[in-house]
Amino acid sequence: MAARKPVRWHIAVFLAPAVLVYTAIMIIPLIGTLNLSLFNKGPDGVQFVGLANFATLFGDPRWSASFWNALGNNAWFFLIHMLVQNPIGIALAAILSTPKLRMAAFYRTAIFIPTILSFVIVGFVWKLILSPIWGIAPGLLDLVGLKSLFAPWLGREEYALTTLALISVWQFVGIPMMLIYAALLSIPDEVLEAAEMDGITGASQFWKIKLPLILPSIGIISILTFVGNFNAFDLIYVAQGALAGPDFSTDILGTFLYRTFFGFQLQLGDPYMGSAIAGAMFGIILLGVCIYLFGIQTRLRRYQF
Amino acid sequence: MNKTYLTALLTSTLLAGPALAQTTLTIESWRNDDLTIWQDTIIPAFNAQHPEISVVFAPSAPAEYNAALNSKLAAGSAGDLITCRPFDASLELFNQGHLADLTDLAGMANFSDVAKSAWQTDDGAATFCVPMASVIHGFIYNADAFAELGIEVPATEAEFFAALDKIKADGTYIPMAMGTNDQWEAATMGYNNIGPNYWKGEEGRRALIAGEQKLTDPQWVAPFEQLAKWKDYLGDGFEAQTYPDSQNLFTLGRAAIYPAGSWEISGFNAQADFKMGAFPPPVAAEGDTCYISDHTDIAIGLNAKSPNAEAARVFLDWVASPEFATLYANALPGFFSLNSTPVEMQDPLAQEFVSWRGKCEPTIRSTYQILSRGTPNLENETWNASANVIRGSETPADAAKRLQDGLASWYEPQK
Repeated sequence: MAARKPVRWHIAVFLAPAVLVYTAIMIIPLIGTLNLSLFNKGPDGVQFVGLANFATLFGDPRWSASFWNALGNNAWFFLIHMLVQNPIGIALAAILSTPKLRMAAFYRTAIFIPTILSFVIVGFVWKLILSPIWGIAPGLLDLVGLKSLFAPWLGREEYALTTLALISVWQFVGIPMMLIYAALLSIPDEVLEAAEMDGITGASQFWKIKLPLILPSIGIISILTFVGNFNAFDLIYVAQGALAGPDFSTDILGTFLYRTFFGFQLQLGDPYMGSAIAGAMFGIILLGVCIYLFGIQTRLRRYQF
Repeated sequence: MNKTYLTALLTSTLLAGPALAQTTLTIESWRNDDLTIWQDTIIPAFNAQHPEISVVFAPSAPAEYNAALNSKLAAGSAGDLITCRPFDASLELFNQGHLADLTDLAGMANFSDVAKSAWQTDDGAATFCVPMASVIHGFIYNADAFAELGIEVPATEAEFFAALDKIKADGTYIPMAMGTNDQWEAATMGYNNIGPNYWKGEEGRRALIAGEQKLTDPQWVAPFEQLAKWKDYLGDGFEAQTYPDSQNLFTLGRAAIYPAGSWEISGFNAQADFKMGAFPPPVAAEGDTCYISDHTDIAIGLNAKSPNAEAARVFLDWVASPEFATLYANALPGFFSLNSTPVEMQDPLAQEFVSWRGKCEPTIRSTYQILSRGTPNLENETWNASANVIRGSETPADAAKRLQDGLASWYEPQK
């Protein structure tokens, strides 16, 4: 008679702290928010309204206009990060990992430092730099004779969101750089030596050997950027306020949620519609992550060394 | 022996604690600028009479105040005394049971019905905050710059724009210091500052609430048409100019006129080293009745769940006294007392502002009472519309139509 497999208690014990903490501070509030979005104030107090809040959010012309505006702005915010932040991050990592580069540690640190700054500081400093009155941006442009290119970017509807996205790129470019840098360092030397034996060096070595090997890291960075951007709030709030001016051109889902949930100035907070927006944000992020996990990550080829 | 002694000592401390302990009252406020005035002037004056009650003034940033306060009240962690925003924000807190009914507070007798109107239920049956002060809108100007350029203080629209043209032509000063980055100045110091002259103050405001006038009527579009003309007189890059930027531009002497609220007075007195004057919003033609926005702005109420309600009521009674009114109005020139007892003020700029009460008809901001109860919120929409009109991205007529459509979408009398 075979001995019964012993119950492996230690697995549960080791998992418990993380599961408990995560449940208490993430999962329960999340379920609470989703639950709240199914209620609203009725004639006789708070009552269950099913999906009526979502119907208002997507059906009412005013609510839906605000929502789609915020979602569109958010998509643009994300696109700028994908098109600017991540390629620059990868390029910086590629440059940093060249053995010939001197003072690599200094550059690495300098580029990474903005990431650890608070949003409030970043927003405030950039607002000052770009200020048409006290800022150094007009003066610097003047020095190179390009003063005519200066505009009060944060105050113009057509530029404000892009400007803020680029500020955010400046702040966070260190993260993809570090992750890719680590991925590049983990490529075994034998692979690179073999490539050299075959005559693949320099740029073509990067495109043909290194890039395919770091694709899984780029996938992770994309999804981190996606989640981070669709949860973004701080920078816009600090730089443009909760009304996300000019004329809501910088309004993203986070600021829209804040205004609705907590209220603003004479507008009273509406936790029920606010939760509905939070629910929609959760859905969008969940959808994006699922597309990535099932559509992209499973198809990425991995190499074992 | 030693241990017994220690125990006895500890026990006595514990017992003596409650007997000697002072009641501590915490005040929630958005006036973080006033922290030193409360700590150095107001609280010591109160403690001279009531040493047993200590008071802590705990302000938060103005933009976050409402949201922070609502969350604190909901969580039960708010202070004992709540600084009240006027009208619906506080009314809602009262209806939710967060603010106590203060109708029977003895000191309430010191205030007129108008003064209390911003902190009463719609039927006037219950009053829930002790009125502290109102603010008056107008324009503050750099008197030295006016003298240098030979400009008379403008009284009519034509004179106002002539003055602005003259300052612009001279080029030494930015004619007017205002930006649209923060949006609220455009509505509060723009639209609601000059507007009462067109919609005839209370007459228009009440007609709008009653549904007899619409925001698309000429008297409500006219202020937007004026604002649209301001664009040319604002500084370079005004689109990205923030509220502190505007304040600094003016107090550094780089701008000649500042569309103002009287709350700026104490800050400007401290910062500016030139002579300042003030004029009320210019009227359309000479001899027209002038209207000013004399807005009931700030009051103080009692957290219904405060464990120190008794001490808090003592404090509130003192806030309702003429003594507090004199202290407050002089410590914070520009916050005009709502107390029925007239208050002597020392500051010349504050005296200038308050003198308009004698010659102009007062009103309050048009969007505050009742009309900002629904979604979309009229006040917030007005910020956005006024900023758009000044930037020129929306025409006055379009802006007015958008506001009217928004209001009509939820407000019965306007449907």
